Amino acid sequence: MNASAAKPSDVRPERNKEFKGVWILGEQRSAAVQPISYELLARGRGLADRLGVPLSAVMLGKTGEAGLQELIARGADQVIVVESPALEHFLPEPYARALEHLIRKHKPEILIAGATTTGRTLMPLVAVKCRAGLTADCTHLEIETDTGNLLQVRPAIGGNIMATIKSPSHRPQMATVRPRSMKAAARDESRCGKVIRESVPAELLASRVRRLSFEPAAADSANIQEAEVVVSGGRGLKQRENFDLIYQLAALLNAGVGASRDAVDRAWISYPHQVGLSGKTVSPKLYLCAGISGSIQHLAGIKTAEHIIAINSNPDAQILKVADYGIVADLFEVLPMLIRKIEERRRKSAVIGKLGD
Amino acid sequence: MHVIIPIKQVPETSKVKMDPETGTMIREGVESIINPLDLYAIETGIQLAESGGTTTVLSMGPAKAEDALREAVAMGCTNGVLLSHRAFAGSDTWATSYALSKAISRIGPYDLILCGERATDGDTGQVGPGIAAWLDIPVATYVSAILEWRGSSVVVKRLVEDGYETLEIQTPCLLTVVKEIAYPRMPTLRGKQRARKVAIPVWGPDEIGAAPESIGLKGSPTRVVKIESPRVARDGEIRAPKDPADLEKAVDGLVAYLEKLDLLARENAKARKTETDGTA
Repeated sequence: MNASAAKPSDVRPERNKEFKGVWILGEQRSAAVQPISYELLARGRGLADRLGVPLSAVMLGKTGEAGLQELIARGADQVIVVESPALEHFLPEPYARALEHLIRKHKPEILIAGATTTGRTLMPLVAVKCRAGLTADCTHLEIETDTGNLLQVRPAIGGNIMATIKSPSHRPQMATVRPRSMKAAARDESRCGKVIRESVPAELLASRVRRLSFEPAAADSANIQEAEVVVSGGRGLKQRENFDLIYQLAALLNAGVGASRDAVDRAWISYPHQVGLSGKTVSPKLYLCAGISGSIQHLAGIKTAEHIIAINSNPDAQILKVADYGIVADLFEVLPMLIRKIEERRRKSAVIGKLGD
Repeated sequence: MHVIIPIKQVPETSKVKMDPETGTMIREGVESIINPLDLYAIETGIQLAESGGTTTVLSMGPAKAEDALREAVAMGCTNGVLLSHRAFAGSDTWATSYALSKAISRIGPYDLILCGERATDGDTGQVGPGIAAWLDIPVATYVSAILEWRGSSVVVKRLVEDGYETLEIQTPCLLTVVKEIAYPRMPTLRGKQRARKVAIPVWGPDEIGAAPESIGLKGSPTRVVKIESPRVARDGEIRAPKDPADLEKAVDGLVAYLEKLDLLARENAKARKTETDGTA
């Protein structure tokens, strides 16, 4: 057992004593551990230390040995693995039944998963079966001192309110956590933990859903929910070809490419790029947008961005009211100049880098 | 074919005004509408039923949620059922999905249940999968296209983080759909006339045989402890350049901002992509 799990704690949970331990649900794609798993470990570590209980990572499907050790290095005291061909890709029924099986066996007090397409599908299925409280898309989690209950903070009504929610008398307490709302846990090679291999009865792994094929997104710039920087364009770009400016700037900043509903409805860019109420909610370190006025629906999708930069020719545009830095000017003047200046800076630092070698 | 479409009535967020002083929402006089993301489920259901089928819209809420059901009928849905009783008040997603699943069982045999991805007020997306769990039927979420209806199964496209999956699902099943699936139609005059006349039964816990301990606040595992309104305005630095020199300064300011966020480092270009270590 890891030393941190044995630390004394001032938290004294009164109820549900048979449920113990904090679990995170890791995610793998083609056996590779996904970054969301490390963000969840960072959250879970804090909660487990506060409660003085071990932190476990649950991995369903195939995860290589290196991946399992990585989870331990990043904070897991134990990794619970269920390997089965039926769990290779996310399918709701076998995943839900396997997770339910593990919960009934080990009885964790807290279970958190990513607010990803997997987590947001799987967790409600399991919560219903386990009669557990579940809170969606949390941006902050903490332990209530007197009770040991999990306090779950989440935005609602398009990010206009923040609600704190708890499940006082049901266990496990379940929550999905918004990707990028916490930094990934750092590696610590000196940490040790154990790997527990569990098997699940074969009849639980049957699925009435069959995965026929997978078509990868044309560009990874569409994965805007996991991007550190998102560069977005809207109606102000006037036509499809001008979206090139957004792509160019995004490439320079290694950013995901976002868009307003207007731009998507005009077919300038595909739906997976849409940010806002009927698209995706993003929480990047920087959200930079041009030609987006900032409807309340769009703002709902960017409320939890750390920094917002906006370029808009209309001084009254709503987007400028939520921007940390804004330029009221024609984007066709600003963007090319910005792109040129960033390229110049890169060239200069490349030269300086060479001189230093 | 019978398609059941659970919908929710929500405040029209696009009309919500924010109080700039307090950062709170001004909700007075805000209209209630069908959850905009449910319109895609309604449209998909109507299209599927067009070649010989019926659609039933179902909603749980206050008495005025009947308006949302009538609007769905005006768009082309066949029937509406309202689940409304004070015993349902305070239901969280667990209790809501339970009550809706009981109502669906009462409505009768169905081939498909279609839900919006989530509601724009609660923003959870948990009720759709929750209903599937209660009914023990297969589910697919984030469905962006129905490729083929095969009767005993349906083939769909599902939008995930890194692309699209193609799935075959046995029916009856539940799908939650995203905007990409359909373009919602407007209510027609004939639809509106029918909507005025259609009988919308109102059911309470007794009609659906719901266990009293599983509905409303009492049946809900979660409790809202606190609601806060974060300030909307960020009081940022807004530059409004008057001439080209000014503009250049404003752009320099932007570059400096990017620099401050450590986004312009030379090694930034691709290295950051694979970086998962949060210590940087």
